[in-house]
Amino acid sequence: MSGKSSFGPFLLLSDKDNVLVARANSPEGLQVALEGGQVILSRPIPMAHKIARRDIAAGDVILKYGMPIGIATTAIRAGEHVHVHNIRSAYTPTHMLQDADGRSAGVSL
Amino acid sequence: MSEIQAFLRSDGRKGIRNTLVVAYLVECAHFVASEIVHQFRNTPHEGEVQLIGFPGCYPNEYAAQMMEKLCTHPNVGAVLFVSLGCESFDKVRAANAVDSSNRPVKTLVIQRAGGTRSTIQAGADWIRQTLAQIAEVPRVRMGVDELIIGTVCGGSDGTSGISGNPAAGKAFDLLVAEGAACIFEETGELIGCEEIMAARAVTPELGNILRESVQKAERYYATLGYGSFAAGNAAGGLSTIEEKSLGAYVKSGDSPISGLIKPGDIPPSGGLYLMDVVPDGDVRFGFPNISDNAEIVEMIASGAHMTLFVTGRGSVVGSAISPVIKICANPDTYRNLAEDMDVNAGDIIEGVRSIPEVGQEIHDLVLAVAAGRQTKSEELGHREFILTYKSFEPIGPACLPGAA
Repeated sequence: MSGKSSFGPFLLLSDKDNVLVARANSPEGLQVALEGGQVILSRPIPMAHKIARRDIAAGDVILKYGMPIGIATTAIRAGEHVHVHNIRSAYTPTHMLQDADGRSAGVSL
Repeated sequence: MSEIQAFLRSDGRKGIRNTLVVAYLVECAHFVASEIVHQFRNTPHEGEVQLIGFPGCYPNEYAAQMMEKLCTHPNVGAVLFVSLGCESFDKVRAANAVDSSNRPVKTLVIQRAGGTRSTIQAGADWIRQTLAQIAEVPRVRMGVDELIIGTVCGGSDGTSGISGNPAAGKAFDLLVAEGAACIFEETGELIGCEEIMAARAVTPELGNILRESVQKAERYYATLGYGSFAAGNAAGGLSTIEEKSLGAYVKSGDSPISGLIKPGDIPPSGGLYLMDVVPDGDVRFGFPNISDNAEIVEMIASGAHMTLFVTGRGSVVGSAISPVIKICANPDTYRNLAEDMDVNAGDIIEGVRSIPEVGQEIHDLVLAVAAGRQTKSEELGHREFILTYKSFEPIGPACLPGAA
């Protein structure tokens, strides 16, 4: 891999990727120096969730491990959370509950 | 490293445990069978007497074959079948299969044995005599090249694919190099990986078969309307089935793929095998594997002496018949569930240890567990089991190019 593989708490798994993976729970407001400049996390990013490495256009293929993992359903800015709310599978729809954001406990009582 | 003193069975296969299984042949016999097993709680034989079974009243060739393979698995020393009496399961065929493997076997029919209490008593009495008998099974030395190891992931999250699964893959590479047979599975979680996987097949024909197995899974799940993806996968940062698949695929390591097997097929020699778990033909009987233990049971039916289970969200299961080694991919989950986890692959996420270091730990633990060390789930008493309806066509010769 050429260049950096780590951006603060975020990991680049393959040079081809347009997403980075959190290797620790990362708080809202955290400043992260990406290749295109500084971004500020607009929400907490839980461990193992993804952010955009750079600006992604609606319809772009999302690459992780250098391989396609889905398609952007909307424009995603660099540093934004990349997940079920803005990408979709090219195969079968993703099943999720209220806790898909990785923050809520998923229990009501 | 202590050497493996295995239990020698009359077919020449070797087991790393000497289990007595109590198998109910319909849900109506489940309670009675489980009460028989409970008679051995808090005795020196707790953990050795284990419950398995099939819930359905209607016949199924897959279930019949699986039951025979499981009851003649090298980790099994004797079998007690518990039948209600009127179910469709062919208990004579099953008992004959166990008998011809020279294992002690007994069938109790509740409708003829006097009912619940009488059957529990008769079952417990038979087990007490039989435990003494199977304690005499000859012990022989077993090499790594005689082991069959399965791998599964369950409760996956976004850490699974970057820590636990690559470490399990590294352990598989070490074991395959030493001549062991290693099985990975769940073709519904290889969607998007079919091309890179096909390129690793030992022959181009096998490559086509691997590709077709994933395409079959894709069609099957499309009909069902859900992928092999649970809600907790999304909470853990996985956004799509192909993202989950790429993470799961790395558990297979980097070895060439020697063959494709279906549940119950025994790998003919060492090497890496893909198990095709998705039924053949029209979609019938529902989901291919309704939960992780269904996959574990299928690998055991194919001879797996133990299973490597990689989890991110935190599964706590073990299995009847063959031990489960739990590898925790997520460091937060590990801290939360350390009492259930054998290996902390979360160290990789936190930069404490490398993938090869954790892979070596898994490899060494496989050998220790084969030599008798209890896994966490064994110590805790986990002996989960599930077997349901399916249908398969037999594999063709191109699936096992090395066996010809």
